[in-house]
Amino acid sequence: MKIAVCVKEVPDTTAPRRVDPETLRLDRSGEATLNPGDTSAVEEALRLKEASANGEVVVVSMAPESALNSLRKALAMGADRALLVADEAAAGSDILPTSRVLAAVISREAPDLVLLGQQASDSDGALLWGALAERLEMPLVSQATSLTVEDGTATVRRQTEFGYDVIETPLPCVIAVSDAINEPRYPSLKGIMGARKKPQETLGLDALGIAPSAAGAAGSGTQVLSLDAPPSRGETTVIEDDGTAAEKLVEFLSEGKYL
Amino acid sequence: MSTLVFVEHHDRAPQESALGVLGKAASLEGDVAAVVCGEHAREVAAELGRYGAQRVFAADAPALAAPLPQPRVDVITALIGEHGFDTVLLGSSVLAADIAAALAARLEAGLNYGLVDLRLDGDRLVGVQPILGDSAYANVGWTATPRLALFRSGVLEPRDVGGSADVINVSPSVHEWSQAARLLEQDRGESEGPSIEEADIIVAGGRGLGAPEHFSIVEDLAQALGGAVGATRAVVDAGWYPYSTQVGQTGKTVTPKLYVACGISGAIQHKVGMQNASVIVAINKDRNAPIFDYCDLGVVGDLHQIMPKLTELIRQRTSG
Repeated sequence: MKIAVCVKEVPDTTAPRRVDPETLRLDRSGEATLNPGDTSAVEEALRLKEASANGEVVVVSMAPESALNSLRKALAMGADRALLVADEAAAGSDILPTSRVLAAVISREAPDLVLLGQQASDSDGALLWGALAERLEMPLVSQATSLTVEDGTATVRRQTEFGYDVIETPLPCVIAVSDAINEPRYPSLKGIMGARKKPQETLGLDALGIAPSAAGAAGSGTQVLSLDAPPSRGETTVIEDDGTAAEKLVEFLSEGKYL
Repeated sequence: MSTLVFVEHHDRAPQESALGVLGKAASLEGDVAAVVCGEHAREVAAELGRYGAQRVFAADAPALAAPLPQPRVDVITALIGEHGFDTVLLGSSVLAADIAAALAARLEAGLNYGLVDLRLDGDRLVGVQPILGDSAYANVGWTATPRLALFRSGVLEPRDVGGSADVINVSPSVHEWSQAARLLEQDRGESEGPSIEEADIIVAGGRGLGAPEHFSIVEDLAQALGGAVGATRAVVDAGWYPYSTQVGQTGKTVTPKLYVACGISGAIQHKVGMQNASVIVAINKDRNAPIFDYCDLGVVGDLHQIMPKLTELIRQRTSG
């Protein structure tokens, strides 16, 4: 079974994030890392591969070439190959060009299964899989909390606002997994050492037959016009407990007439 | 503007967030239609005039019985093709998000998401999207039509405008591949105890409690305050607490007067479910937890020390 996992490099999740006031795009100049939600998708792919006799896990991404560093984390976990579409014309892509480019790469690979993580930590988007499944004309299941694959059929338990659904779909299909689906493994030292030697291919848009005008900001359907400060929620007070926090909380609740 | 609003419903009840979106659409210029899919679509459609729809398309077919996105994409695409809507609005949900993203790709349409407002600046449509953990508000526009927008749930209140709508039955044709995924079973996770959606006070617990048995200190505080118990997705998925209590992105959106977050980091997935509480109190040992950026009163400390003491003090006051 061949599994493609879509992953994204994001700014370090512990560092403060900012938008470049000139470009109105996220400032990506600082430390970067593999999107935490994507490690669950990589883990799930590795488990499926380990359970089948011959499997292959390919991580795919669209990002500047420097993102290979973050993709290597997936290789260190155990993925077999990385495929990166790196092209200056792809900068500023929204969901339209991103799904267009990734669908083109995935079509070339013809996997049995396409996996994605729950949410990108930088854009807070949780949408890409819908567009990708549409372009690939594959069935789609999102928010998967468990996944089994048998005889060309995937069975997925997923969470929605109304409880849990169990959905069955033939392969190939697109499945977005929830963070709850597994506990992603940490790469072993051997895995980290070996990651550099695994195949890592970088492609331009021309190799996929995608015109620069169909990518990046030019190929997007949305734009950021301006930025405003958020409306104030009022004062935030944070205190360290010095042993009297409970008393202070009672006072606060009493003033608010909650007692 | 010619707007189509997707209204999701479950067990004949239209989703509040979709009704709120309908009200927003009706407050802008132009005509407003809604589309309802699946079982009981006609019944639900008949109610939507009250919330601002002038026309409602009702699509009921076996392919639309399960709450799955792809057949609905076919229905909405056909309606846009036939009636020329230039704007399609959806209230966020797991189902609506999947529909919106697929529609964007199908129609090569612009999709803005996580919106909390929509307005017309002259004849330009502008959406308001909180970004970077709500630390900035982006004004966003569209460069490709139709314009698709997905709104954050719990933000727009439904408005009863007392109108009535023409209900138009439609018989959609659904692609074969759109029907490949099949629903086998549904588990609604029925709730016990007071509903968190109705509660004025919610005390909620997260991973920071450390173990499922520690939920008792959350329950004790909730009882002392006369409130309901809530939980994060992480602890629900870990089996610590029932799904019916889950607050956040794939759980419930709550608007209590007081929300006490215990051992909850407050990442965006949880925040979207509770940020409209009037007052937020947080107790967490991690000073860097995002919840301390938007609570009213935050306490950095050990909840196992603070909460039992707090519960005891409240009991003393309320009994004396």
